Amino acid sequence: MAKELIMDIKDFSFKYAGAPKPSLVDINLPIYRNKVTAMIGPSGCGKSTLLRALNRIHDLYPGNEYKGEINLLNLETDNFENLLEIKKENEFIALRQRVGMIFQKPTPFPMSIFDNVAYGLKLAGIKDKNIVQEKVENALKGSAIWDEVKDRLKESAMGLSGGQQQRLCIARAVALKPEILLLDEPTSALDPISTGAIEELVSELKKDISIVIVTHNMQQASRLSDYTAFMYIGKLIEYNKTDKIFLNPQEKLTEDYVTGRFG
Amino acid sequence: MRSRRLLLNKIVLILSTLSAVLGLVFLSWILITLFIKGISSLDFSIFTNDLVDGGLKNLIFGQFFMALIATIIGVPLGMMAGIYLREYGNSTYANIIRDLSDIMMSAPSIVIGAFVFAVFVAPFGSINGWAGSIALAIMLIPIVVSTTDNMLSLVPKELREAGIALGGGKHQVILDIILKAAKVGLTTGILLAFARIIGETAPLLFTSGTNSFWTTDLSNAFPSLTVSIYNLANFPTDKARDLAWGASFILTVIVLIINLIGRFLTRDKG
Repeated sequence: MAKELIMDIKDFSFKYAGAPKPSLVDINLPIYRNKVTAMIGPSGCGKSTLLRALNRIHDLYPGNEYKGEINLLNLETDNFENLLEIKKENEFIALRQRVGMIFQKPTPFPMSIFDNVAYGLKLAGIKDKNIVQEKVENALKGSAIWDEVKDRLKESAMGLSGGQQQRLCIARAVALKPEILLLDEPTSALDPISTGAIEELVSELKKDISIVIVTHNMQQASRLSDYTAFMYIGKLIEYNKTDKIFLNPQEKLTEDYVTGRFG
Repeated sequence: MRSRRLLLNKIVLILSTLSAVLGLVFLSWILITLFIKGISSLDFSIFTNDLVDGGLKNLIFGQFFMALIATIIGVPLGMMAGIYLREYGNSTYANIIRDLSDIMMSAPSIVIGAFVFAVFVAPFGSINGWAGSIALAIMLIPIVVSTTDNMLSLVPKELREAGIALGGGKHQVILDIILKAAKVGLTTGILLAFARIIGETAPLLFTSGTNSFWTTDLSNAFPSLTVSIYNLANFPTDKARDLAWGASFILTVIVLIINLIGRFLTRDKG
């Protein structure tokens, strides 16, 4: 496997507990390191389902079935490890610290702004107050929200605006220095100005972090991403560099979708 | 056709308004009677004397104390059961427990009193405050179970997922995030459950009984405001009956205040 990849999804299929048919079938998708990969497709195509498999958050609900491989590069050994083989609780925790996730709706915890960012560090076992302080500050700065919150770190995070809350959630994930950040339609609940701020932040973050973003907004995918995967009814229809997908798609279905003929 | 529909509409409107007014008439009748009879028998000595000296001090304290012990016993049990049902239980077993708990909530309180009498009074040979507290705790637990269950169900599942996605274990996410998010609802629920049990008579009637003297010893018959109201109301003297009115008034005010605090807390949130 080429080392410019951070993740490599091979022959991956996924079936929800109790569902008659699998929601994802034979997905093969590389995720390039320090690039933004966008997943697009109409509602119900499985793009969020795929994203949620990448940190195994599906395992919160029992009975789902995985097949195939999702290989994640271990930066220490330089080898790929199949994250579908994870069974132990502490391995799950380590996985989720390496693969962070941002949700559609901002999910600030009911605690202070500072504690929101410090919470993940606490879970990771970092206890030294000075280190926590420093990491929280860096994460907030790196998420372009420091100037807005530096004077109110002790105030409840619930008092922030939606866009600020979403950037706080990104700071919370970034504080753990993840290798990959999964974004599940991160701006669909936000106004255009907040959306712009998040998009700018994503472009900034990819210097250090590989990003996978699910989006309904094709302009967003074309603006932000280096690679784009188009999915339709549980299958990966086409994957390529973003400009190829949007300007010169190989598949008829992709062309119809990106030109707005259906979706 | 149209006039018939309008007529029907008017009839239904009048009938439902009358029913509402009728309900309110009785409610205000109760409250006004209570107020008039209660206030006239109230004087400050009621709060400084024990029942034996014609006051209610020990009774008010006893009622609060037993309800408090019941809350200390019942809230942790009920909350843990509620957390289990909402966060861990998705089996038939959990559903059976949820149904049983709901049935318990509507169990006649006198039956709970009789059960506690058989288990915690008869073997020890005498009524005692512990038995009263336990009977109240048994009444409280299903209320707390159902409140916890419902309040946790209002916490969006994204918040749980966000906690897990940061590397939290399920128990950490519940303790650190979910309970905090449901804090206002849970506090209100516990307060309302407390208000519910503090006005109970039947579970105390033959468990704690009541006591005319000041005591903090739960292993004896324990002062109870509600049981004493029941006893005093059956007493042949006017003085005893006046005291019963006064006690009823005080009890109503206590329950009302706790309920109002509960309402206020929830409104503050919304």
